[in-house]
Amino acid sequence: MPLTVLAVDDSRTMREMIRIALAGEGFEVHVAEDGIHGLEVLGAIDPNVIITDINMPNLDGFGFIDGVRQSGGPHRAKPILVLTTESAPELKARAKRAGATGWIVKPFEKTKLVSAIRRVAR
Amino acid sequence: MDQMEEIRETFFLECEELLEAMEAGLLSMNSGEADAETVNAVFRAVHSIKGGAGAFGLESLVRFAHSFETTLDEVRAARLVASEPVMRTLLKSGDVLADLVRASQANDEIDDAAHADVLAELTAHIGKEECAAEDEDATDDFVPMTIDVGDDNADADEAETSGASIAETQDSGEGLEAFEADAQDDGQQRYRIDFRPFPELYSRGNETFLLLRALTTFGEAEIQCNTDDLPLLGEVDPEGAYLSWTVLLTTESSEEDVAATFEFVQGDCELGIKLLGGGATQTQAQAQAPDMGAPGDSTVEPTAQSASSDDPLAEIPATSSTEAQAEQNDAAPDPAAKPTPPEPPAPKPASKPAAGKTAAKEAGGGPKPTVRVELDRVDRLINLVGELVINQAMLSECVMEASDNHNSNVATGLEEFKQLTREIQESVMAIRAQPVKSLFQRMSRIVREASDATGKSVELHVEGETTEVDKTVIERLADPLTHMIRNAVDHGLETPDKREANGKSARGAVLLTAAHRSGRVVIEVGDDGAGINRERVKQIAIDKGLIPEDAELTNSEIDNLLFLPGFSTASEVSDLSGRGVGMDVVKRAIQALGGRISVASTPGEGTTFSISLPLTLAVLDGMVVDVAGQTLVVPISAVIETLQPNEADLHNVCADGPTVRIRGTFVPIVDVGAQLGYRNPKSDFHDQVILLVETDDGVGTALAVDSIHDQRQVVIKGLESNYGQVRGIAAATILGDGRIALILDAEALVSNAGGAIAPAEQPLELAS
Repeated sequence: MPLTVLAVDDSRTMREMIRIALAGEGFEVHVAEDGIHGLEVLGAIDPNVIITDINMPNLDGFGFIDGVRQSGGPHRAKPILVLTTESAPELKARAKRAGATGWIVKPFEKTKLVSAIRRVAR
Repeated sequence: MDQMEEIRETFFLECEELLEAMEAGLLSMNSGEADAETVNAVFRAVHSIKGGAGAFGLESLVRFAHSFETTLDEVRAARLVASEPVMRTLLKSGDVLADLVRASQANDEIDDAAHADVLAELTAHIGKEECAAEDEDATDDFVPMTIDVGDDNADADEAETSGASIAETQDSGEGLEAFEADAQDDGQQRYRIDFRPFPELYSRGNETFLLLRALTTFGEAEIQCNTDDLPLLGEVDPEGAYLSWTVLLTTESSEEDVAATFEFVQGDCELGIKLLGGGATQTQAQAQAPDMGAPGDSTVEPTAQSASSDDPLAEIPATSSTEAQAEQNDAAPDPAAKPTPPEPPAPKPASKPAAGKTAAKEAGGGPKPTVRVELDRVDRLINLVGELVINQAMLSECVMEASDNHNSNVATGLEEFKQLTREIQESVMAIRAQPVKSLFQRMSRIVREASDATGKSVELHVEGETTEVDKTVIERLADPLTHMIRNAVDHGLETPDKREANGKSARGAVLLTAAHRSGRVVIEVGDDGAGINRERVKQIAIDKGLIPEDAELTNSEIDNLLFLPGFSTASEVSDLSGRGVGMDVVKRAIQALGGRISVASTPGEGTTFSISLPLTLAVLDGMVVDVAGQTLVVPISAVIETLQPNEADLHNVCADGPTVRIRGTFVPIVDVGAQLGYRNPKSDFHDQVILLVETDDGVGTALAVDSIHDQRQVVIKGLESNYGQVRGIAAATILGDGRIALILDAEALVSNAGGAIAPAEQPLELAS
């Protein structure tokens, strides 16, 4: 079974980069455009790892993580990696408070992304 | 590599959209209409650009976007008021960002000095402290963090200090050197890792098993689980954390690497990493008071260490500083370092964040789902549909000729086919249509720049932004429109003191509008300036030899001199509009789009240029007419009505030529056949059919043709690439029977007929 990853990011560029980077590793990649879309997609798939951006319209990364953690559903304890930029350390702290498992610093290298996912994937 | 190129392309496409959203947001912020979400959207746009730019190593872009974003963040957090100077900086920054994106896309060399002033303005708005905090190179003049930036930076600060102390101990501590020599005989080191997870570690999706497994990758690990704290089964909280582990790890890896395994769980566990075999380093994941370490031991905090080296921001306390403090005390290590894990009970986990709102249900009406398609494919589709329309028309014609029964099944089927074809065509055309909003938004920047350059205060009013026009038209309008806007500011508007002297407000207005009008799109650029100085215009035209000295010209003819090649009113070529492009170039660009441009001016009140454009470049509804044995197509959009004149209504009232009276108004007749050189001018029009066409002056003109054949949609085939532009002829088309027919440019024919400035063209005939 390949690892399944859900990537939530409002930037098409980022989604595309993540998709290509991970598909090359044989991962099955699903994408969502914002937190709300992410929660919707989670209704249909069962990813091993979730990656989310923070700054997104409609429902941001914090809200999304919170939504997953508070859902009481099968994904409630899923590993969630947050995409952050170095310039925003407070985001990391906030994301962690919201329940993020770990983080990936943007811009990311493919190897780091993959190793971060492997680190938390079950 | 190709994939990277593809993503790069996606990135720049996305940038265009983001820049558009940013500009729209900035403009509404500027007009004071912005709500928090608008500011947020602007922030997100800039942030996304920065994110992507980082991925492609576009450093100048990242640097600028970063400062821009930081300022926006200040506005967003209401720490900075979006006052007028701030907004001015933000708007300018938006322009710079757009420039940087475009330069990056073109792989142009970027000169950071070019936007240093804007950057300095941004920096000034952000305030000194934050800049220092953000600027990695600014370690020399390191300024203490403000409270705003929070605990995180305080920690980074601390990290730096302890990082320095490590270096010190390692340099001077002889004991340590001796030990290292000892321990690294075989390059292997032994660590003792005490690990006690808190419930948060699990609730945040981390897993002890994975962490321990990761440790085993470093070398040989003896793992021991401590179950002492496990309560009776009845008391077990399924979400609690009761187990702790001790790992004895033999590895070549550095302590830093080992500690990095626990990067994600800092603050979610108690962690001790201790180098065994002498005066080892002892580490605690949670900040440890300096006096806690055993005397003589060199105390190192691995988290702080990693923070000061690899990722300066890696160490983020998961709890507020006071909580962290409490935990520090609770988690004080046992100086004696017994083989069992530290005694004190796990600190009470920090309560779940209170802000547990599930905003998922607030799903608002997001943007409609879209598909991105290459324009080439759409164009191909449009071309094919065009051919389909022609084909359908030909088929209909054949069937109708072959059968007398126009009510047969075949005929009915054909009629349905025709309807469908038409619907397909309309749908396909709609794919290419876009609101002019993006184009208009760009113009606000042009106005800003022009007003800066000229020192005139200008306000841009925009109307009809949602008007939809073919994408190609929009793209090709950008340059002419830019030039017209610059002209309006530079030449159209007076200087503020002149305006005030004339009783006008010092602030000039430029009006940019778009609207659908009788099957065309009309775009107008107006100003409330002094109007065209006709005397001067005429004099210049005479001086330049464009018109004879004794020419008698009407006002409108003088105004039209502006469009002549080689005409420029600016006595000294200004920096702004004098870029070697005159209104003649604008006119040519508009004509190339099948459009027309006209000008109206009132002294003291201003000048308005109107551009009238076809909705689409591919098809038009045409009236097929016969003139002197030639089949021609007149765009239906131009035709107001058709009529067969009574002899009594035909008059030769003046020297200008024949007229026809239509409902009490005398309308000049244009003899199409004679105009195009197919035949000699007619004197009697009673056997002709009159097409009343719209003209810009509102009176209308009567085109005289022999007969009307049909009314149908025709696919426009340009003549320009093969034939050059022909006055009076807009394009050609292929009729249902395969014949070629010319499409008339009614307006040009009319202006040709009345007081033509340019000489009449050679007659044009096509073999049929």
